[in-house]
Amino acid sequence: MRYVADIVVKLKKSILDPQGEAVRSALGSMGYTGVQDVRIGKRIEVRLEAANEAQCRQAVDEMCSRLLANTVMETYDFSVREEPGE
Amino acid sequence: MKFGVVVFPGSNCDRDVQTAARAAGYEADFIWHAATAVDGFDCLVLPGGFSYGDYLRTAAIARFSPVMAAVAEFAASGRPVIGICNGFQVLLEAGMLPGAMLKNTSCRFLCKAQRIRVESARTPFTLKLRPGQVITLPIAHGEGNYYADSETLAQIERHGQVVFRYCNESGGATPESNPNGSLGNIAGVCNEAGNVLGMMPHPERAGEQILGGADGRLILDSVAQWVQGGGRIG
Repeated sequence: MRYVADIVVKLKKSILDPQGEAVRSALGSMGYTGVQDVRIGKRIEVRLEAANEAQCRQAVDEMCSRLLANTVMETYDFSVREEPGE
Repeated sequence: MKFGVVVFPGSNCDRDVQTAARAAGYEADFIWHAATAVDGFDCLVLPGGFSYGDYLRTAAIARFSPVMAAVAEFAASGRPVIGICNGFQVLLEAGMLPGAMLKNTSCRFLCKAQRIRVESARTPFTLKLRPGQVITLPIAHGEGNYYADSETLAQIERHGQVVFRYCNESGGATPESNPNGSLGNIAGVCNEAGNVLGMMPHPERAGEQILGGADGRLILDSVAQWVQGGGRIG
């Protein structure tokens, strides 16, 4: 089966995000006074073949913990869906 | 004394390390990242630069280079390994040193001379220095904001693994003298045994007076003295 994994990597909540802080400040100066916090992360899309959804999820989880996220400073989350056939 | 300088695609301080080592009277050869053996070297250097373009995260991809298994084995045998700037990031990503690197709090790439205070003289790289000594080395990085969770931080402090801290001219590790937001003003850490060191400042860019300072030479000379003394940890 072919799957698409949609992965989101974020800095841990306890860590200050300097980029997000710069964007928050810019939004504030643009007049968006209600903006309280901005956090910047990454979205990664991986297309892969796997025998079934469980194996797909297992493989994606391993990819995240080994390469796509650095769990010292980041957390990750993902969803997988079957890719429609041609 | 022979330094082995690992060259990743995107390394750009490899030649600086070789030049500084040769100027100090030592041998230095390159080791391509695809190599699987690191025989014949006394000290391995992971140099600065932008390995694999720093795609995904700094050093995230470099740490899976074929050579890294041999680097880990070399370190496990108690021989000295130093990662400078991007090389420090590689050692962090590889789990050979504790912690991780965030973007500088200023969001700016910093390129300037920086004072650092020596915290530990027990590593092979700091033999010729003394605790409390202030030296000046160039820094050049966008992601040098050292982070570790509070438990890890307490542990490396307790084990004396903080080797250098950013400081002012009188040696004070103050918030004002912290260029990038690093926790505890940390500029360099070693593993528990002390033979693996990571540091953000560039000793190879300060190896001769003509470059504006020669404090970096002390680090090369320290490891050479340690190796010549037959040193091996463990």
